[in-house]
Parts: sequence; structure tokens; C-alpha cells
Amino acid sequence: MKTFRGYRFAVALALAIALYFGSAHVRPMDAAQESKSSDTPSGNAENGKKIFNKNGCYECHGREGQGSTMTGPRIAPDPVPFDVLSRYLRKPTGEMPPYTAKVISDQELADIYAFLQSRPHPPTAKASPLLK
Amino acid sequence: MAKSKKLPAGRRDFLKSVVAGAATLAAAPAEASPAQPVEERPSPAMPLMPPMIESDPPADAEVLTLDRSGSDFMVDIIKSLGIEYVCSVAGSSFRALHESVINYGGNKDPEFISCCHEESSVAMGHGYAKIEGKPLCIFAHGTVGLQHAAMAIYNAYCDRVPVYIVIGNNLDATKRDSAYGEWPHSVQDAAAMVRDYVKWDDAPISLSHFAESAVRAYKIAMTPPMAPVLLVADSELQENPIPADAALHIPKLTLAAPPQGDSGSVAEAARMLVQAQNPLIVVDRYARTQAGIDLLVELAETLQAPVIDQAGRMNFPTRHPLNQSSRRGAVVANADVIMGLEATDFWNALNTMHDQVNRTSRPIMKSDAKLISITTGDLYTKANYQDFYRYTGVDLAMAADAEATLPSLIEETKRLITADRKQALKDRGAKLASAHDRALEQARTDATYAWDASPVSTGRLCAEVWNQIKNEDWSLVSILRHFSWWPLRLWPFEKQYQYIGTQGGGGIGYNAPASIGAALANKKHGRFSVSIQDDGDLLFAPAVLWTAAHHRIPILSVMHNNRAYHEELMHVQRMANRHNRGIDRAGIGTTFEDPTMDFAKLAQSMGVYAEGPITDPNEVAPALRRAIAVVKRGEPALLDVVTQPR
Repeated sequence: MKTFRGYRFAVALALAIALYFGSAHVRPMDAAQESKSSDTPSGNAENGKKIFNKNGCYECHGREGQGSTMTGPRIAPDPVPFDVLSRYLRKPTGEMPPYTAKVISDQELADIYAFLQSRPHPPTAKASPLLK
Repeated sequence: MAKSKKLPAGRRDFLKSVVAGAATLAAAPAEASPAQPVEERPSPAMPLMPPMIESDPPADAEVLTLDRSGSDFMVDIIKSLGIEYVCSVAGSSFRALHESVINYGGNKDPEFISCCHEESSVAMGHGYAKIEGKPLCIFAHGTVGLQHAAMAIYNAYCDRVPVYIVIGNNLDATKRDSAYGEWPHSVQDAAAMVRDYVKWDDAPISLSHFAESAVRAYKIAMTPPMAPVLLVADSELQENPIPADAALHIPKLTLAAPPQGDSGSVAEAARMLVQAQNPLIVVDRYARTQAGIDLLVELAETLQAPVIDQAGRMNFPTRHPLNQSSRRGAVVANADVIMGLEATDFWNALNTMHDQVNRTSRPIMKSDAKLISITTGDLYTKANYQDFYRYTGVDLAMAADAEATLPSLIEETKRLITADRKQALKDRGAKLASAHDRALEQARTDATYAWDASPVSTGRLCAEVWNQIKNEDWSLVSILRHFSWWPLRLWPFEKQYQYIGTQGGGGIGYNAPASIGAALANKKHGRFSVSIQDDGDLLFAPAVLWTAAHHRIPILSVMHNNRAYHEELMHVQRMANRHNRGIDRAGIGTTFEDPTMDFAKLAQSMGVYAEGPITDPNEVAPALRRAIAVVKRGEPALLDVVTQPR
């Protein structure tokens, strides 16, 4: 319950993620354009949604993959290419905990990816009177 | 075990038998004990004091009334300190103080605020002080009350916030009445339990001593670095009559001017900042007043230097173009001179820690960057609790109050900036302004994701709340970290009372009472208090909602109800992933499912207007309008909004 350590974790995580997506790695939006060229396996989005929530992905990335500055970056819609996601998930270099093949199979990962791809695009900020 | 068949006729006899029994127990071997006084206690159904005339009145007539007791004088002292409220759960060890406040003192300045948990009393004082800039008073039992209060005191201590605590105690063992539980409610050294995290304490033995210590305690609490203080008010001292010949006097209170950095160090800091190519200012618990905010704006604009606000206080306007808080990594990496102003965790602003199996850290600043610190933290450090954070090796350190030091630093900085340097500073400022605008646009874009999701996204909720309160004289009185800091990213914070920082020690259970304490302070100023209320936090001591309802404390509490101790959920998830043996059970012990909780009903049961659970984002705005109408009537209102995790 006492969350001081978690605070440090969250700040460090946010920074690590910012560095990850802000420097040598691929930005989520840019990645969408590259996703067609990667070898993306077919997956079941409905099952992916269940796994996404059951296995804790939502905890840091939100139930729609929208992300948070405090916990994890946005990963949907337009996720990074599948091979980038898969590589990072199996052997993360930042603050994300590892999801090995023992706990999430390649097929389950493909299902999660299909779920992330299926997320709708939001309205633009300029279109929302609440965000002006 | 022998049992007495007959109860004493009156309370006095009953007490005599208890004392006699206790004496027998002390004198005789245990196996020879003929009486077990515990067995003779009246049952709960029996009146404690039977309504009969005592058969053996004492030879000397007892004194039954008195005109003025020590507690009256204590209230005189509290009034002299300008204390507006006493937050307290009623307790017998300070019954005289309680009665003196409400009768002798007229229940005004201070007014007695009825609390239901001592942790709430102290946290209310914590929130109040952050708005009002001065402490209110807490009364508590010296034992069980202080034990309840301990975590909240620790939070206030870590946050360097003044809280003025008075606890009752029965030091004279011969005067303790077992019928009232006064033995277990008494303690030799009452403050010992919290001495590690109060700035000063005392246990006065006379009223004159109490007067001096009470004024001294206030002065110590209010001298930066501010912190809680504690006084023990002995029951005998409270309840005994003031002697007719007592020459009581309340000492004069003069607050100490906060220490400023010495002129040589200030000049050197100014030189380093002006000569730097990319100076950076990092602030955390910096601003004590609105003047502090204005001074920081003046310094930043003079230097055209970016400011990273670690959000321990309302330090710097969020829409100011030099506010680069969302670009920490970039501006820290670019800086050649970095100045920390009351930067509590300066190291963490300049480095990152890696939470994998092997914990590692690395700097994000340049290896040759020069560091300056101005902090009262260098004036006051204790050993046991580790709230002093990792040591930062700086090049210039001023053990001083940053806000008090800024006028001379600004003056010296202006003196050193030459005309040709001004153009370079202007160019730097323009680039920073552009980056600020891009960051704001990014925040707005980020808020659009999951806009229509259910549970409600935190970005959407933040935007909805803003849309309803933006024309009020608003004050956001809650912590924001669990809420992804959305308001600080999207709302234009300018005034000192618009944000009150964090809980300091990380203890959960702070937010609900502290926000209500802050709202109590805002009440007389006519401000609109709004709180983002975590579900897990409210569960610690929810009866503070009743306090808000009872005392008509207007506050809009919008729940960020993610149905979990979500940070802990993520921690357990991390361990599950690390151990590679199943990742779908982290919710055990961390989530509030099966059944879910109905916070609207909880609030309604305590007299608070409430709606929820709200899961449809389109229902948020109408509910907000209804709740705001209640708050504008001078009452609290709560909306239970079921949200995304962060």
C-alpha cells in the first residue's frame, strides 16, 4: 500500500519509455507505416482482448492500449510492427517486465497484436471542445 | 477460579475493591490470590455510576465545581497563536481541553472539527496548512490516538508541513482511573513513538511551562523547513484549577525569518547561471507563498531558463512557456548548469534507476554539468527514516530557504546580464516556448486516446472536470500522480492555492482527509475545491466524508476508481513476470472485485451527496453539473467514476 518506491519506479519508467520511443527506437505512429512490411501473424482480436486484460498488459498501458505518462506508453491504435513488439516483450531493455514464451505464447501474442490493431482511432484534439 | 457473588454497592466501593484487589495481587503469590477484580466489573448492561446516594461520603466535602481550569489557559494560548480549528476524535485524556474549546473558547478560533480517525485529523491539518500556510491543531490521546495518527504525522513530516499536535496523557499514576481505561491510555514518554518524525516535542509540567512550550512549538513548526510539532497536555494540568495566585503569561510569538543564502554564494550562483549556455532550474517543495511563484517566474524569465517542476508544491505556472516539466529528459541532458530549489530528490531529477533483477542507475545529465542547490534540507536531517533521498554531489550548496534567497539571486543575476547576452537569452527562450507549445499539444492529443472507452479514461475525465470548473475560482486539493498528472498537463495552474502537492511520505489514506482539510481552508476564501479521489485511498478512513458533511465543507470529490491498489497490482505483476511462473494472478490481494464497492452509497450513508458508479463517459458531464450545484450550496459532493487504471 505504501507507494513511495512505486513513485520512483513510475518516474523512472516514464523516462525510460520516453527515451525508448523518443530516440533510437520507433515511434508508435511512425511504426504503423512500417507494419505492413513486417511479418505479422494472424491473430484473434477478441481473444487478444481477453489475454490483454487477464495477463496484466492493461495495468500499465490501459484497457485500450492508450498508455500513461506514469506507467507505459501508448501501444494502440497503430501498434509498432509485430516483430518490434515481440522482441521488446520477450527481452525488454527498459522498465517493462519480461513476458517470456513460457507465460505468453507466440499465438497469444499474435492475438494481442490483433486486438491492438483493432482499436479505433480517437477524435483529434482539435475536434474536441473539451481539449481546446 | 474464585468468583465474587456480590457486586459493590457503588462506584466508589467498586473502585476501592479494584484497588484492594490489585494491592493484594501485588503483595501475595499468584496462587494465593483470593480475589479476581476483573471478574467483579459491572456488566455492560449495568450503569457505571448507579444513581444512588453514596453511603460513605468522605469526611471532607469534595470540590465539585471550579471556575477556571488549566485547560482554559491552554485554550487562551491556542487562541493567541491564531489557530482556527482543532481537528480531533474525542478522547478522555483531553476531555478538559475539549470542553474548554467548545465552552470557554466559544468554539470559535479554534472551532472543534469532529473527526472519526486520528489519521484523518492530522491529514486534514496537512491539507489545511498547504492552503493556509499555517497549522491547525490536533487533539488526540497520547497513546491509542497518537498511534492512529502516526502515519499521517509521518506524511506531514516528509512533506515538511507544519501540524500542531496536542495529546492528552495521565502521567501521575496515582490519579489514573481504571474505569476509564486510563492505565493503558497512559505513557511515560508519549512523544517517543513519533519523535523520529516530529521536529520538536515537549511534556510541560506546569501551565507556565506549557505556555512557553506551546509558543516555542508553533515557532519551530513554522520555521523552514516546517514540520509537525507535538505537545503533551497532562490531564492533571488540564483539569486542575488555576491557582488563585498564579501569574500566568503567554509569551510573545515572533516567527523567525527564513534563512537566506549568503551573499558570496548567491553571487557565485548568479555568475554560474548567467554564464551557462543552458541553465536549468529544478524545483520541488519550493514555493511557500504566491510571492515565491512570482519570484521564480522572474528568475526564469531573467535567465530564459527552463523550469522542471517536480510538483511537491504549486511552484511555477503550468502554461508558462519556460515550464518544461514534461520534457525533463531532454532539458536535463542539455543543461550545463542545473540549480535545485528545495529539490527534495535532486538525484532523481538527474538520474534514472532501472528496476530489473539487478538494479542499476545512470545519469541523464552531462558528466561535466555543474550543480547548485538551495535548500533548507541541508539545515535539518535525521537519521532513522530515510526521507533525505540519495546524496547528490553539488558544486555549490546553500543551506538556506530558496524562496527567501531568490530576491537577492534575481538582483545579482540581472546585474550580471549584459546587453549582448540578452539576445542569446531571448533566442533560447523562444526555442523553449516552442517546445512548450508542442508538449501541450501532445498532451491534448494523448488525452484523446480511449476517449470513448468504458471504464472512463483518465484523460477524458480530466477534460470533463475542467470544462465544468474552469470559470470558478478553483483549487485542486488532491494528489495527481495516480491520475497520470493529467491536470498539470492540461489545466492552466497559476495561483499558489490551485495545487497542494503530494503526501510526502507516500502513505495512502492521505488524499481524502487532506483534500477535505484543504477545502476547509478554502471555505472562508470562497474558493471551489475539487479533488481527484483514489478508491484505495478513500478506503482507509472513509468516515472523513461524514466530517465534511457535518461541518458543511464544500468540496467536489471526483473518484478515480480503478478498483484496485493499482500501483501494488503493477508491483506484483512485475514480480510474477520476473519469476516467470504465471502472470494472471497479480490481482489477488490488490484488486477490489467480486464484489465491487459502491462508493456513492458509502458517501450517501454519511450524508454526502453522491452519484455513481459512472462507467459511461457521456454521463460524466451531467453528473458533474449536478454535483457542482450541491458544492455551490456549501456542501460536499462525490461522484464515483469507474476509470481506466492510470
